[in-house]
Amino acid sequence: MSTQIPKQTEESTETETEPASKGDERRAEKRRRAAERREQRQEEEAEKAAADESTVELKVFRYDPQVEGKQEPRFDTFHVPFTKGMTVLDALMYARDTYDSSLTFRHSCRQAVCGSDAMFVNGGQKLACKTQISDLDEPVRVEPLPHAEVTKDLVVDMEHFYDQMEAVEPYFQTNEYPDGELEEQRQDRENREKIKMSTRCIWCGACMSSCNIAAGDNEYLGPAAINKAYRFAMDEREGEEMKQKRLEIIEQEHGVWRCQTQFSCTEVCPKDIPLTEHIQELKREAVKNNLKFW
Amino acid sequence: MHEHDVVVVGAGGAGLRAAIAAQEAGADVAMVSKLHPVRSHTGAAEGGINAALRDADSWQDHAYDTMKGSDYLGDAPAVEALCQESPEEVIRLEHWGMPFSREDDGRVSQRPFGGLSFPRTTYAGAETGHQMLHTMYEQVVKRGITVYDEWHVMDLAVTDEDDPAERTCHGVVAYDIQSGEISGFRAKDGVILATGGMGQVFDHTTNAVANTGDGVAMAYRAGVPMEDMEFIQFHPTTLPSTGVLISEGVRGEGGILYNEDGERFMFEHGYANNDGELASRDVVSRAELTEVNEGRGIEDEYVHLDMRHLGEERILDRLENILHLAEDFEGADGLTEPMPVKPGQHYAMGGIETNEFGETVIDGLYAAGECACASVHGANRLGGNALPELIVFGKRAGRHAAGEEMGEAEVTTGRSSDWEPADYEFGVEVGETDGSDPAAADGGAVATDAESVVGGAVDRAQERVDELLSRKGRNHAEIRSAVQETMTANVNVFREEGRLEETLADLREAREAYKDVAVSDPSRTFNTDLIHTIETRNILDIAEALTMGALAREEFRGAHWRKEHQERKDEEWLKHTLISWNDGEPELWYKPVVLEGENKTYEPKSRSY
Repeated sequence: MSTQIPKQTEESTETETEPASKGDERRAEKRRRAAERREQRQEEEAEKAAADESTVELKVFRYDPQVEGKQEPRFDTFHVPFTKGMTVLDALMYARDTYDSSLTFRHSCRQAVCGSDAMFVNGGQKLACKTQISDLDEPVRVEPLPHAEVTKDLVVDMEHFYDQMEAVEPYFQTNEYPDGELEEQRQDRENREKIKMSTRCIWCGACMSSCNIAAGDNEYLGPAAINKAYRFAMDEREGEEMKQKRLEIIEQEHGVWRCQTQFSCTEVCPKDIPLTEHIQELKREAVKNNLKFW
Repeated sequence: MHEHDVVVVGAGGAGLRAAIAAQEAGADVAMVSKLHPVRSHTGAAEGGINAALRDADSWQDHAYDTMKGSDYLGDAPAVEALCQESPEEVIRLEHWGMPFSREDDGRVSQRPFGGLSFPRTTYAGAETGHQMLHTMYEQVVKRGITVYDEWHVMDLAVTDEDDPAERTCHGVVAYDIQSGEISGFRAKDGVILATGGMGQVFDHTTNAVANTGDGVAMAYRAGVPMEDMEFIQFHPTTLPSTGVLISEGVRGEGGILYNEDGERFMFEHGYANNDGELASRDVVSRAELTEVNEGRGIEDEYVHLDMRHLGEERILDRLENILHLAEDFEGADGLTEPMPVKPGQHYAMGGIETNEFGETVIDGLYAAGECACASVHGANRLGGNALPELIVFGKRAGRHAAGEEMGEAEVTTGRSSDWEPADYEFGVEVGETDGSDPAAADGGAVATDAESVVGGAVDRAQERVDELLSRKGRNHAEIRSAVQETMTANVNVFREEGRLEETLADLREAREAYKDVAVSDPSRTFNTDLIHTIETRNILDIAEALTMGALAREEFRGAHWRKEHQERKDEEWLKHTLISWNDGEPELWYKPVVLEGENKTYEPKSRSY
C-alpha cells in the first residue's frame, strides 16, 4: 500500500484576496491549519517509517454486559504496526482482525459520510475513519462517546439521539407547489448557500456527546436536532407560515434557550457545521418573532 | 413473528423509495436494515442524478446514451423506463425539499458527465447521495413507516418447490444486532431486496464495509439467477490509499488527468480523442492503468487529477466535499496541488435478475437498486445513472409489491423459452463444499403455508447461529481477505484466462476453509464477529459467480476486458450471463439481450468517445 503524499507546493494564496465572508475566513483558516498539520504529519510519518517496526499503542475501552470478565469496564492495550496514512479506524480494524475478534465498534463507509464511527479519542469526539494516528499523542486512548449508554465496547445506544432528531419534525413541509408536475420549486442560490452547511449533518452524535447542557438536561433537543430545525426554518421554499411553526418548536422549554454558547459542538463537528452560530441565529429569529410593535 | 404487507430489506436509496411507494399504494410496510437508514452507502454517492429536465434535452437521448454506454447489453424496456421516469422522480425529490445546487434563476443545476450527450446530471454539490438519502429518510419519518434498524437479515423464507419459478417468498429471517434475538418477518405481499453493492468482494473499493452483497447472495441461494455478474465497474478516480471516491463531477467540471510526464494522456496517448477525461468510466480506467503499466504512472501506482485551474470559487461552489476528502484521506490540498487517483471497484452492474418492475422469478420476491439487475447498465454504467435507478426502480418495486396493477413485463425472468445452456468447462469444482452446513445454502423448506415456511427458516437460522457460536474454528477475517486479494489481483480492470482460473481455485480453497469457520465472541450483544462471519459466506458466493461469468464471456465488452479476446463479438455475445445456484451446484446459461424498446430498436454501433 502506498500513501504517497505529494510534495507540498507553495503556501496557499488566499491572503492575496480579502476573504469575502466569515465562512471564507473559516475555510481559509482551516486550510492553513490543515497545511500545517500535513507538514507535521509528513515529518512524523517519515520519523516513524524510519524506525523499524514502529507500532502504535492503543488503549481501548472494553465492556460487554453479556460476557463474564467483560462486565466490569476495563481498558485493553493493543500494539498495532504503524503504516503511513493510518487512521484510528484502520488501527481498530487491525486489532480486531488480528488480535481479538470480539472488539466491537460501528463503522461502514470509512469516508466520513455515514457517521457510524464517532468515538472519544484522546479526550475528544472524533470520527475514527478520518482521524490520522500521526496527529495523535500516544498511547491513543479510544472510548465510546460520553453521555450515552454503552451497549458494548465502543458502541453506544443512539436511540435518544434519534428521538431528539425526530422531535423537530425533520421533513420538508410546504403546501405551495408549482403548477406543473415537472416544475421544481425555485430557490435562490443565496438561500441554498445559507442552508448548505446545515444540510451536511451526518447524524454522528459527536456534538450531542460534547454538549454539557445536553448531558445535564436529557430533554434538551441538542445541537444536531436544532441544526436540523435550522435547515428547514431557513429554507425559503417552506414559506413564512411554516417558519413560525418551526420557531415554535425550537422555542420550547428545552429548545434553543438552553444553549449556553460553549461552542463545544462546533469544535467537534466533523463536517465543520457552525452549530453554535445556527443556534444563536434561531434565538435571534425567535426573539424577532415574539416582539410585536403595535 | 413480525407481520407486514411488504418487507423491504435494506434502507438506502432504493429501499427508502420502495418503502415510500408501497406505503403510498396502501401497504403496511416495514424496513429491515443492518444499519440505521442514514448510515446507508447511498450517502457516499457524490456526482449526481441524470434526468432529462430541459427543453433542449429528451428522455430519448438519455436512453440512447445509456444503451450506448451499456455497450448494448442493457435491456431497452428497462432503460427506457429509467430515462422516462427519472425527470418526475428528480422533481419529486426536489418537492420533498432536497437541496439541489441551483442556477441563477433558481432552477436545479445540471452538469456534464461522462458518456452523456447533454449536461443532464443534476446534483447537490459533490454530496448528492448524502442529500438524497437524508431527504428520503425524512419522508419515511414523516410517514411513520416502521424501521427495524440494526437488524441483520440472514435468510429468505422461500418454499421448496423443485422449479424456482414455482417458489414463493413468504418473508425473511433477521436478528436484532443489539440483543441477538432471531425473528421471522412474514411479508404478506412481498419482500423487496434493496441491499446495495458488493464492493467488499474486492480490497480496493469505494464501497462501504457493509457492502457485502447480502441480498444478492441470499437470492442466489434461494434459486434466483444472478445476471451479468462479470460486469464490475471500476471508477477511474479513487484515492490510492483508501479507495475513497473522487467524484466524476471533478472531470465533469473540467478536471484534467496527467501522467508522470505531465502529459494529458487521454488525448496525447489517444485513448479518447473526442471526449478525453469525459469518456466512459471503463475507457478512462483502462487508460490510467495502461499508463501505469507502461511506466508513466506516478510511484508506479497512480496518476494525477488536477482541478486547480477551475478556481477556488467554482471548486467551493460545486466540489467542496472533494477538497475535504482529498485532504482528510490523502493529505492533498486540491486547491494547490493535483490529487493522486487510480481505478477502484465502484459498482456492480450485475446482480439479482429482475424484470422492469423489480420482480424476480420467485413469486413475492423483488429486488431494486444496485443489488438488482433489471438490466439498465448492461456492460458499463454511465456516471449519474445509479441514483435515478434507485428511485425509479425502488418506486416500481414498491408499487408492484403493494399490489398495484402495472401491466405485462417485457423483460423475462427465469428459464423462459429463449434460455441457452452454456458449455463452458471451468476445470475447478464450483459451488457448495462437502460437509458445509446445508441449511445456509438452502432457500427452501418443505412446508408451503406461510407461517411454517417462515418458522422453518427461523429454526435453521437459529441452529446456524448456535453452531457458529458454540464451535471452535477459524476466524472469518483471513478468509475474507484471501478472497479480496485474489479478486483484486486477478479479476480487476484487466482480465486473463489463466489468472481467472487461478482465482476460481483460490476461491475453492477459501470455501474449504470456510467450512471450519467459527465465531469466537460468545456475546449475544452487538456481535460483529458473527455478522462478519455470515457476510463472508455471501462474499464467497458472489466472488465465485462473478469469476465464473468473467471466464466464460470470451469477448471484450464494456467493463469486461479480456486479454485473449480483444473485440466485442455481437454475433455471439449479445446475451446476458445467468448463473443459478441449484441447491449448491452453480449452473451457467444465457438469455438474449432485449434491444427493442418502445421508442426504437437500439442497433449496436461501435462505441467510441
